[in-house]
Amino acid sequence: MEFFKKTPNIDFMGKRRVWFAISAAIVLLSLLSVLFRGLNWGIDFTGGTLLELHYAEPVELDSVRAALDEKGFGGAVVQHFGSSRDVLIRLALESQGGDEQASAHVADQVMLALRAKNAGVELRRTEFVGPQVGAELAENGFLALLYTFGGILIYVGLRFEWRLAVGSVLALFHDPILIVGIFSLTHLEFDLTVLAAVLAVIGYSINDTVVIFDRIRENFRKMRKETPEQVINAAINQTLSRTLMTSVTTM
Amino acid sequence: MNRYPLWKNLTVLVVLVASFIYALPNLFSQDPSMEISGARGTSVDAGLADKVKAALEAAGVKLKAVEKTHGKLLVRFHDTGSQLKAQDVVATVIPDGATTALTTVPDLPGWLVGINAKPMYLGLDLRGGIHVLIDVDMDAAIEQAVDRYAGDMRTLLRDKKVRYLGLTQSGTAIDVKFANAEEAAKGEKELSDEFRNLSFSQKAESDGVTLRAALSLAEQKVVKKFALEQNITTLRNRVNALGVAEPIIQQQGERRIVVQLPGVQDPSRLKEILGATATLEYRLVDTEHSVEDALAGKVPPSSKLYKDREGRPVLLKKRVIITGNQITDASSGVDQRSNAPAVFVGLDSQGARRMREVTTENVGKPMAVVFIENRTVTRVVDGQIVKRKVRVEEVISVANILEPFGRRFQTTGLDSPTEARDLALLLRSGALAAPIEIIEERTIGPSLGQDNIDRGMTSMAVGMIGVMIFVVIYYRMMGVLANLSLLFNFLVIVGAMSLIQATLTLPGIAGIVLTVGMAVDANVLIYERIREELRLGNSPHAAIHAGFERAFTTILDSQLTTLIAAVILFSFGTGPVRGFAVTLFIGIISTLFTAVVGTRAMVNLLYGGRRLSQVSV
Repeated sequence: MEFFKKTPNIDFMGKRRVWFAISAAIVLLSLLSVLFRGLNWGIDFTGGTLLELHYAEPVELDSVRAALDEKGFGGAVVQHFGSSRDVLIRLALESQGGDEQASAHVADQVMLALRAKNAGVELRRTEFVGPQVGAELAENGFLALLYTFGGILIYVGLRFEWRLAVGSVLALFHDPILIVGIFSLTHLEFDLTVLAAVLAVIGYSINDTVVIFDRIRENFRKMRKETPEQVINAAINQTLSRTLMTSVTTM
Repeated sequence: MNRYPLWKNLTVLVVLVASFIYALPNLFSQDPSMEISGARGTSVDAGLADKVKAALEAAGVKLKAVEKTHGKLLVRFHDTGSQLKAQDVVATVIPDGATTALTTVPDLPGWLVGINAKPMYLGLDLRGGIHVLIDVDMDAAIEQAVDRYAGDMRTLLRDKKVRYLGLTQSGTAIDVKFANAEEAAKGEKELSDEFRNLSFSQKAESDGVTLRAALSLAEQKVVKKFALEQNITTLRNRVNALGVAEPIIQQQGERRIVVQLPGVQDPSRLKEILGATATLEYRLVDTEHSVEDALAGKVPPSSKLYKDREGRPVLLKKRVIITGNQITDASSGVDQRSNAPAVFVGLDSQGARRMREVTTENVGKPMAVVFIENRTVTRVVDGQIVKRKVRVEEVISVANILEPFGRRFQTTGLDSPTEARDLALLLRSGALAAPIEIIEERTIGPSLGQDNIDRGMTSMAVGMIGVMIFVVIYYRMMGVLANLSLLFNFLVIVGAMSLIQATLTLPGIAGIVLTVGMAVDANVLIYERIREELRLGNSPHAAIHAGFERAFTTILDSQLTTLIAAVILFSFGTGPVRGFAVTLFIGIISTLFTAVVGTRAMVNLLYGGRRLSQVSV
């Protein structure tokens, strides 16, 4: 079985302005979304407390909210998590009261309050991130992104040439921006694990790019008579079936 | 054509077999077990195994096996019910100071244990447990150090009869005011002789000369380092009291400690233990003034009134001889001469010197130990949960100084071995050099942990099977080889992770699945190349050869770039993210090997040296 019986001959380079426009539009859309709709930052970055609970029977969110309200945790975000028996509670740092020492113990207080109402509640997991750690994780995350781009820029620059390197990194920006944009539009939670996945995607993305560059380099050596555009076109076409294959299997 | 030299084939075989062997432990079942360690790391004595077996038999608890490993006793059970019951039963037969810890241990045959094969180390999000990040208040540590120096200086100046007008602390320095330059010079000489690691400077002022003694940066560093280490040791002791197997207590960065307790289910207990800060002080009992006068309200200026554990008042001098962080060791035992319960205490050199000075001057007089604890007490008042900070200052023991001592001494006059043990425990765990604060905490319940394992394994299996089916459809026979290489890859990853005991987390399982995707990519590159060569009209053998050769550099490039991402993730990540980076890293290395060498070896074995008219790709 094959995707293409013969090496395809799609004129990628010829239509490149169209592709630029589409790319730019997507990037712009993503950036606008992040700016105006914002991201649903997980507590890994904002700090705060998170509790995942499991009840023996389905439970009404309102009763949980009421129980929390009584103890002074009115600002809690309560939502179902997978099934009507699983509840996720998120408390921002401010709504926990000013006492620094108390912040780590908020989870315990919440549990005591909820157990009083319903003995069958089970704590599946809790996470508490203090304010300094939250800020640090955000900073580290950003630095990680920066270093990844830098490292790749240097590596590609060494293996190929700097113009290709710059181009590849620019293309690289495209992917995480798109991902972040989608997260912003759908308001999915953006926490550390998502950031790790974004970094991995950058790695994969450059993988694709490098494969094509490799072919371009090879073709430049072989195809002396054609124009650069034709060479690059050929490279992309030749690697097309492989690119498709990898993406399909990865998905 | 297309044959591999023998050594290459052998290498592939060796790697295959080794990975298989080291991956095997993961298939064995895990026994709920109990680990019994001797007091403070000593070996359990020989008779203990029999005692334990007898006790369990008498209580009707069935055990699977009892083993002695590394000086500890390991008791295996068939189920967690027996395990929990056994903990209570065994607590009555083990000697003082020995601890029990509940854990799960795989049931491996002897030969696997012999080569040190173990199952993969599961992270907290797969096992359940608590992860806590603690910040040590370094500023308070420095303050405490300055406090101590100030007290010592006052004493020294008084002893050497140097007159001074006043002594104040300012930040990391101590200012001593003298009436004139002469006194200041005398003062500086005495002080600088005694405290060699402080730096001195003089400043003339309108009403005298001020001598400033400052903590040099190097000295501050030493104080901070010691504060952190002291905290780690204390935490370790306290955590051991919780009965957790394999706790992780490590320094992270300059001022942080990470504590990981696998399998612990109740985070609030841990937090109360961590939240309690305690210090100890040794002081002389004030025998010159009467306690009754003090109770009536006339407390002499150099003394302070305390209560002991039964509530009786004790009058102690204000001057502190030793603080808790100068105690290096405390153990309970029996006094050799009188057979009475005793506590043996060891001090560090500064403490030893001080103790020697004081005890030489005060033979026959009583000395007391004051225990100071800052605790958060949770109480339910009118249905509301109230947390209060409580400071407890108690005299925990008063004993007569029989003879001068320094580095090691013993305290008798205790009521019972239990009291001796409690006192020793208090002395050991009491000292926290600087206050700590929890800045990050993650708790995973064990049921979620098991869920995560199940879901992770399922998704991994589904992902891999899906990929393998697709690859065979697309690439036919070569596809089958690619699948074999994928399985090989998986085996190598599991074997490597088991061997180096890298932590497997839930994102780590995702990392394995992703690596499989990358491995497919490597094989795809090779096969597409082979197809292309065939299309150009080359012979099958030449096509195979060219495919592998040409694809190699591309595979290398692409894997290396993903490696960059993995390395950066590792250095910036913590916990689960780091687990992901580790599996990604191992996966890439493994892919490079299996997809290039492994696949080629298989292809060569299948097609090498034969005449081919076509290749099934």
